[in-house]
Amino acid sequence: MAVQSDADIVIIGGGNAALCAAITAAEAGAKVLILEGAPKAYRGGNSRHTRNFRCMHQKPMSVLVDRYDADEYYEDLLKVTGGKTDPELAKLAINASEECQPWMEANGVRFQPSLSGTLSLARTNAFFAGGGKALVNAYYRTAQALGVEVLYEAKVTHLSLEQNRVTAVEFSYQGESHILHPKAVIAASGGFQADTDWLAEAWGPAAKNFLIRGTPYNRGVVLKDLLDQGIQSVGDPTQCHAVAIDGRAPKFDGGIVTRLDCVPFSVVVNKNAERFYDEGEDVWPKRYAIWGRLVAAQPDQIGYVIIDAKSLNLFMPSVFPPIKADSIAELAEKMGIPAEKLESTINEFNAACTDGDFHPTELDGLATQGLTPPKTNWARPITEAPFYGYSLRTGVTFTYLGLKVDKTAQVQGPQGAVENLWAAGEIMAGSILGQGYLAGFGMTIGTVFGRIAGKEAAQYANH
Amino acid sequence: MQITKTIEEARRQVEICNACRYCESFCSVFPAINRERHFSDGDITQLANLCHNCRGCYYACQYTEPHEFKVNIPKAMAEVRQESWQDYAVPAMAAKTFHKSGVLMALAVIAALAFILLLFQNAAPAAGEAQAAGFYGVLPHNAMIAVFIPAFFLPIISIAISLRRYWKSIGGERLRLAHFTNALGSVAKLKDLSGGQGEGCNFEDEDRFSNARRWSHQAIMYGFLLCFASTSVATIMHYFFNMPAPYPLFSLPKLLGITGGVILSLGTLSMASLKLRADKNLGDARVWGGEMGFVLLLFVVSTTGLALYMLGSTGAMPALLAIHLASVLAFFLLTPFSKMIHGFYRLASLLRDAQIKAKL
Ligand SMILES: Cc1cc2nc3c(=O)[nH]c(=O)nc-3n(C[C@H](O)[C@H](O)[C@H](O)COP(=O)(O)OP(=O)(O)OC[C@H]3O[C@@H](n4cnc5c(N)ncnc54)[C@H](O)[C@@H]3O)c2cc1C
Ligand code: SF4
Ligand code: SF4
Repeated sequence: MAVQSDADIVIIGGGNAALCAAITAAEAGAKVLILEGAPKAYRGGNSRHTRNFRCMHQKPMSVLVDRYDADEYYEDLLKVTGGKTDPELAKLAINASEECQPWMEANGVRFQPSLSGTLSLARTNAFFAGGGKALVNAYYRTAQALGVEVLYEAKVTHLSLEQNRVTAVEFSYQGESHILHPKAVIAASGGFQADTDWLAEAWGPAAKNFLIRGTPYNRGVVLKDLLDQGIQSVGDPTQCHAVAIDGRAPKFDGGIVTRLDCVPFSVVVNKNAERFYDEGEDVWPKRYAIWGRLVAAQPDQIGYVIIDAKSLNLFMPSVFPPIKADSIAELAEKMGIPAEKLESTINEFNAACTDGDFHPTELDGLATQGLTPPKTNWARPITEAPFYGYSLRTGVTFTYLGLKVDKTAQVQGPQGAVENLWAAGEIMAGSILGQGYLAGFGMTIGTVFGRIAGKEAAQYANH
Repeated sequence: MQITKTIEEARRQVEICNACRYCESFCSVFPAINRERHFSDGDITQLANLCHNCRGCYYACQYTEPHEFKVNIPKAMAEVRQESWQDYAVPAMAAKTFHKSGVLMALAVIAALAFILLLFQNAAPAAGEAQAAGFYGVLPHNAMIAVFIPAFFLPIISIAISLRRYWKSIGGERLRLAHFTNALGSVAKLKDLSGGQGEGCNFEDEDRFSNARRWSHQAIMYGFLLCFASTSVATIMHYFFNMPAPYPLFSLPKLLGITGGVILSLGTLSMASLKLRADKNLGDARVWGGEMGFVLLLFVVSTTGLALYMLGSTGAMPALLAIHLASVLAFFLLTPFSKMIHGFYRLASLLRDAQIKAKL
């Protein structure tokens, strides 16, 4: 049976960006259809894994304390991206973030003070009560009350582009393919990180060993389809944001709980029981992203973190209990790495540790001496049994490659803007986040550009 | 033993929550989780009795089935909680029976009814006289007391023993006044039922927040307390002021009783309808019948009580009185072995939570 729909606007995807666009367009009077590739239980893409968004504010606002002005926000962005950003779009997102918070609240999202263990974000990031899935649920309720139709397990396969217009949307649904001809289309289908073959094109076969932190449904089908038709791209096609997570995490959708925050208090080795990088280079929030790539560069893309009893309670617990042993050799055996070599690596490290004061929450300068690579902070000898170990693997958060858009979120084709195609969220974030990551900025980009895309598409469809 | 398996499963899930923390603002359970790194069996039981099954954390969870982590905190907590009530109950067998079965609960009422009718028969003067003499014409006051005093105090003794065992198992310490003010403050407002943002539970309509369950529960609790107050006042008037029933409409027992009865009837009815709409799999499905039976029992207690007020001087009175007394009798006797017990455990857990927080 062919899917019947008289929708003016088809939105591809069912995460934060798609929902913000849908609500905005429906409020402007447009008939909206959401095609969400995932089943209902998994709706909401990576947005269902999020916990907060980064929000500019002049004075205390809702759960946000103090102030966080546009200049500081932009500075922070420049720091993490090393300048790889589009200043116009970036400033647009930052300036609009302030009015997002009340808009979100009006559309059902509830906020909570920053979670225990995340005090450093209390000023800059507003946390969603219940996290991203609660946000997504609230938006679906609001959207459906506004008459937005939603099809789950509706995977878009192709957009027909003819002379700077999308003329048809093809998708599969309930085992059959369908075609719709809406007036306008919004692409909000995320990145391509769940397609490990595609990741392997950039990373080589190593990518097969990567774990994907979020949804298995973001395979970049629509992104690829559009790029193949000459749509302009932004962002480095070979890069992805990756962090080091617990090696026992599921292949997909492990989410936040698989993160490991113990690296600064540990010794990290590869499968040959050799150290390969300074574990204490900087505070963890500033360093956790480089460890994804560090581990990816090791044999079999795996690392092993070793701590001793005195460090066990210094970091947030993670989902799996650590491997525990009474000696380093036993730990090595349990983790399947060479025992003798690990013992000598640890002994060598211990011998290089120096006396000094240990401060877990700040750069304490407690460094090793004469060791390569050095450990430049928090270097305490690993001596107190029981010893604990975790395996580390590369966990991909998102990819950077995206569609190029202008400040109205309109997608840029080979001959300028595509008349009736807009994009929002991860699928266009590469122009603003060219590299690195600023915690909470993904949801800000999705909310700001989702709303812009919804407004523009509705305006187009309404006349 | 079953309980260890249930606790094991709850502990597995609680450890996931402790790594996640997204639900921190929903209720008292998550802050209590996030204070700890390791969870003993007693800790898990304590957490379970802090949970009131609002389900907010289920619908907000990115790890519910079909995800392989299979997180379902409301269910895991309900099962541990349920088993703690059953295991600490005296006699435990009675709890295991009645919690699970609404049918057995109904049978208990019928048995109580037969018993009361038997009493009537032995006490009854001629039918016409009875009506004229009011309730005590049907069942003399002394006989009523002889039945209801033990029916009231035996369960209290049973509950006291259970709570002592429970208090020990969760590591409870000496109580101070401040613990009570803190804990009772949350109970009076059913603070946790607000869902952390005043919009209530995710109970009867999936992820929609609604205060329906909160208000129904408030109605049941306050309705019940008013009815209880009415009976207590009447007892005091009877013994200390020599003012036996029946009382006029504008007397304290009647005013309390009628208001309480109406509120309790409405509350139980609305709770039963909410329960019918809620997803059974987000609670302890094994005791759904017993829980429903208990709500309906309270409904029968309150409506027959109201009916007695209205029809107390008609020919229907003896029959109504029998049903009412039977349901009240069954209710008292089943208190340690029915959902009614949750209030006691929950209060104990809130007290324990207040103790722990006071030490931070
Ligand atoms: C574990 C984790 C935690 C994170 N935490 C945060 C955080 O706290 N704050 C923050 O700002 N960012 C966070 N991020 C990043 C954030 O998730 C993204 O920036 C954001 O969710 C992107 O939103 P989106 O709507 O563009 O994409 P998504 O939410 O991923 O939605 C994409 C949607 O498209 C659908 N889809 C894909 N392909 C198709 C197709 N062919 N047809 C139909 N539908 C399709 C998917 O099913 C999905 O519903 C986190 C990411 C991860 C993985
Ligand atoms: S219930 Fe789910 S979302 Fe909530 S804290 Fe636990 S794991 Fe996190
Ligand atoms: S069901 Fe409600 S009360 Fe129970 S743990 Fe979850 S949020 Fe807290």
